[in-house]
Amino acid sequence: MKIMRWREWTRPIPPVRREVLVATPEVDEGRPPVLFVPGFGHGAWAFVEHWLEHTASRGFPAYAMSLRGHGASGRAKRATLRAYTHDVVQVAASLPRRAVLVGHGASALVVAKALARYPARAGVLVSPVLGGLGALRGGGRRLFSRELPTTQARAYAARIGRAPALARWQLLVHRAPEPPVGDPPVLVVGSPDDRIVSRTGLANAARRYGGAPLLFPGMGHDLMLDARWREPIDAILDWLDKAD
Amino acid sequence: MESAYDTGAVATIWRDGRPVFDRGETVCVIGAGASGLVAIKNLKEYGFGVDCFERETSVGGAWNWRNDRSPMYASTHLISSKPFTQFPDFPMPDSWPDYPHHSQFLAYLERYTDHFDLRQHIWFGSEVVRAEPAVPDLPAKPAGDGYWDVTTRVGRNGAERTARYAGLVVANGHLWAPKFPAYEGLDQFRPEVIHSSAYKDAAQLRGRRVLVIGAGNTGCDIAVEAAQQAARCWHSTRRGYWYAPKYVMGRPADQVNDLVAALRLPLRLRQWLFHRTLKMTVGDLTRFGLPAPDHKVYETHPIANSQLVYYVGHGGITPVPDIARFHRNAVELTDGRVIEPDLVILATGYLPRFEFLQPDLLSADADGRPRLHLHMFSRRHPTLAVAGLLQPDSGVFTLVHWQMVTYARWLRLREAAPAKATAFWAKVSAEPERRWNPAKVKQSTRHWFEISHVAYLRALQQTLDQLEVSAR
Repeated sequence: MKIMRWREWTRPIPPVRREVLVATPEVDEGRPPVLFVPGFGHGAWAFVEHWLEHTASRGFPAYAMSLRGHGASGRAKRATLRAYTHDVVQVAASLPRRAVLVGHGASALVVAKALARYPARAGVLVSPVLGGLGALRGGGRRLFSRELPTTQARAYAARIGRAPALARWQLLVHRAPEPPVGDPPVLVVGSPDDRIVSRTGLANAARRYGGAPLLFPGMGHDLMLDARWREPIDAILDWLDKAD
Repeated sequence: MESAYDTGAVATIWRDGRPVFDRGETVCVIGAGASGLVAIKNLKEYGFGVDCFERETSVGGAWNWRNDRSPMYASTHLISSKPFTQFPDFPMPDSWPDYPHHSQFLAYLERYTDHFDLRQHIWFGSEVVRAEPAVPDLPAKPAGDGYWDVTTRVGRNGAERTARYAGLVVANGHLWAPKFPAYEGLDQFRPEVIHSSAYKDAAQLRGRRVLVIGAGNTGCDIAVEAAQQAARCWHSTRRGYWYAPKYVMGRPADQVNDLVAALRLPLRLRQWLFHRTLKMTVGDLTRFGLPAPDHKVYETHPIANSQLVYYVGHGGITPVPDIARFHRNAVELTDGRVIEPDLVILATGYLPRFEFLQPDLLSADADGRPRLHLHMFSRRHPTLAVAGLLQPDSGVFTLVHWQMVTYARWLRLREAAPAKATAFWAKVSAEPERRWNPAKVKQSTRHWFEISHVAYLRALQQTLDQLEVSAR
């Protein structure tokens, strides 16, 4: 644990407006809030499509945010992994209770870094891109399985942008995240047929947190937008119910 | 949550003929102010049960202006900027200013309490009457003993109740027992004299002739408000000080200061740089009639006030030296001048007090000054810690957070690796007292817990590394 944090003391991240979308369950049963963090190029919309409402319908207050420079969040001149991490921790700390952080794609790395700065209830890394050359592979149709109708896949692909070059570069060259604070359980979810993250990549990510990945064969990288989006989110929420 | 100790639990231990309720491995925290809350949260995070006793009926301690012991006045703002003030794992909102208002800080503490679900651990309206080692005469060993009998009382005349705990965190604050200096003739002085703890609002100053004594951050704040509201304001200080502005080069001054501190330059060089910066931003203080500082920066508690010098320059504040004596209706200064204020505000600070603890538990000397390892660990009782008894040159809450992480890790280590714990404890109890401050601090009643946040955090970092235990 590193407690001398010069950079954080002397160079605070400049604030930007943040997009946070909410779906609240009909009855508050005291379940932890779930915060979805979309990967590079995606905005909060990627989770609003299916997962946000579904999570709320299962009794979890659900939140989806956009990183700076993404979605409807404020533009950022110089977005770095540290700035993204700051965004996630800011939103997490603004929630009424200790939150579960769910990061997709490159934002799994952002969430892994946020877990070292905020004692989350739990962490979920969905199709985690924690570095490697795979991080540079483009998006488009490759993000989805063939089960998703081509018109739909094209429509999604058209909405997906790109993170700034500096952030993408940092994805390749970055210090490994510090260990999480508060010892939260961490789950890795992915698909062996993901064309961005390899199966060994998933296994390695899960091993780092002392577990094995939950796998959903036949799905693409964007689990939350794919045709069978319901299976992974149900598995994640079941895991949360059990971990509680 | 563990069941509450008074829900029909049967006492199995007796002490002096009175029942003691055994709370097992639960840790007791005294006070639900900022330090107490951090203690509960971090102990909880490390898997401990926690009972916290708070004499007021809400959280926030000194920062809760509704509390009768709170030293807050309407205009209190934080002295350190957000990155140095917030808890490292629960940042203050981006939308807040660099230096939040005290009501914002209270809101922050309340949100922290709810976010981490701490309220269920707090027994409100319960005052701790006594805290004593369960086995008083046993030599303290790092493992096995270290239990505490804590006696509490609800209300002034409520029944006393004792429970036994595996650890004790004292977080009763040190800004509630006003320090009254002894001035000759003060008892004969007719006009109103108040301590700054009784100063709440600038309305108290309106149209009056005010003498403010003391150049701590509070004294300077009140002098500035008197310059704005009062008919006349004298500001008495016993020496010249460095009045650091809150902003340097458009950025919070403490952030600029740490940019330099990060370079690990020698103290002398840092002091020279600081003096240069002050010379360029604030300028020559003697031009304003203020005494030249008789010490270097970092040798007294830093004063961050951009407005004081400004108001001296506008004639709103008349700087005067120390008080020689009080007369019936006038005050004589050490330079022979006589002034006639109709309100004297003693911004002379506070003294730490621990009425519920035997002084020897904290190895306190004749002046009641505790001698603690890292200003937190008792040298005689391995499970006793004091939270937040620090006067840092930055915000205190970041430091308290790491103090409590250290304490929680220490308790875990005692359980998980007794041999390692014994070795650590032998070092702690034998280690000579250190000051965690490279500068030569000027003598005052709080100089002994005046620390440099950099030196202190480095020491805590070392201790944390020594206490490393594998995940439970």
